[in-house]
Amino acid sequence: MSKMQADTQITDVAEYALALGDDALVLGQRLCEWCADAPLLEEDIAIANVGLDYLGRARMLLQYAGETLGQSEDELAFLRDAPGFRNLLMVELPRGDFAFSQVRHYLLDEFESLFFAGLKQSSDPTLAGIAAKTDKEVRYHLRRSTQWMRRLAMGTQESHDRTQKALDELWGYVAEFFILTEIEERLLADNISVDRRNLEPQFKTSVGTLFDEIGLIQPSDDWKVVGGRLGQHTEHLGPMLGEMQFMQRTYPGLEW
Amino acid sequence: MSVIRTIELIPHERFELQQHRSTSAWPHLYRLLDQVNDPEIPVISIWEMGILQNVVLGTTESNQTQVTVTITPTYSGCPAMQQISEDVKTTLANAGYPNVIVKQQLSPPWTTDWMTPRTKKQLRSYGIAPPEDQSCPQCGSKDITTISEFGSTACKAQLRCNTCLEPFDHFKAI
Repeated sequence: MSKMQADTQITDVAEYALALGDDALVLGQRLCEWCADAPLLEEDIAIANVGLDYLGRARMLLQYAGETLGQSEDELAFLRDAPGFRNLLMVELPRGDFAFSQVRHYLLDEFESLFFAGLKQSSDPTLAGIAAKTDKEVRYHLRRSTQWMRRLAMGTQESHDRTQKALDELWGYVAEFFILTEIEERLLADNISVDRRNLEPQFKTSVGTLFDEIGLIQPSDDWKVVGGRLGQHTEHLGPMLGEMQFMQRTYPGLEW
Repeated sequence: MSVIRTIELIPHERFELQQHRSTSAWPHLYRLLDQVNDPEIPVISIWEMGILQNVVLGTTESNQTQVTVTITPTYSGCPAMQQISEDVKTTLANAGYPNVIVKQQLSPPWTTDWMTPRTKKQLRSYGIAPPEDQSCPQCGSKDITTISEFGSTACKAQLRCNTCLEPFDHFKAI
């Protein structure tokens, strides 16, 4: 590998880690919005704890990205504008009602259980280490979100309808899970990244089986929204960052 | 009458950790760090939890004594890591080692298998059901309902005993 290729690869790995870190950071923030506002106390604690798992994951990935990009994890999290974020669009959507948050979580958990099992095999030892840690946690998240899918879809008519509505609203954001970015494509050659395109059939089988079992209708694939990995975001990310970044923007360098 | 004694087995990685400690050139540093407990479970030290991975005494470029302590997080977002790092630094500083670096290591990922059988017993007597054993720490009943997959911290689930009706924490197997 030439020096230039090696440099490109180092930057690619950092950008890859940044995008995965942004997924975790933004979803972690959205989950923590439920803190003190969940439908029951135990769920309040659970959802905040899952949020913490995500923030922990975000820290590991942003620290790693920051080593190459020359920025601290805090600078990356709190001083970047929305177009600099590389997260999947699904994670930035407002939390909605409880059904919306749980369906989003379930879809992401099913995807992540496949994705991080793959990333554990990455030839990049840091990414593989983070993935091994994450993979264990995702299995717990998936168990919990699957239980909630059952309860909500098979609970009352109201909870069923809201769950179906959430699924209909979220389904178009699933396509983005399986789009390989140019960076990821370059990193595939050295077994650093996961070929997310290959995960789609298994994902569809897993979610389809559950939907059948609990009486949800899998929406059609006739619409999709993509662009998060390119920094093209929905109108929802900016206001969320406005709140999340407020303290650092107002008091630069503030520490607890 | 024959007496059958159960020999408690420890996982291989825990064995390696213990071997590493027993051959360390700085056993006194390990002993000092035995005083540092998991802030969420104050009866168990970070060594017993498997959080403490390595202790090395070295010198800095300017020839100052420096201790490097490696710890591994139980869960990625575990807020106790910050507290543990500070406790490690304070404990060593009080013993005359002001120059301490605490490193976090992710791989191999922490597992509840690293807890020794003794640690699991301590958890139970503290009121937390250890991994792989969900029976009620109050009355021993196995008739249990799960209240929530996540309890007071990310590493614990919340269960309730249907016999004595007490809710309790369960340390999740990971």
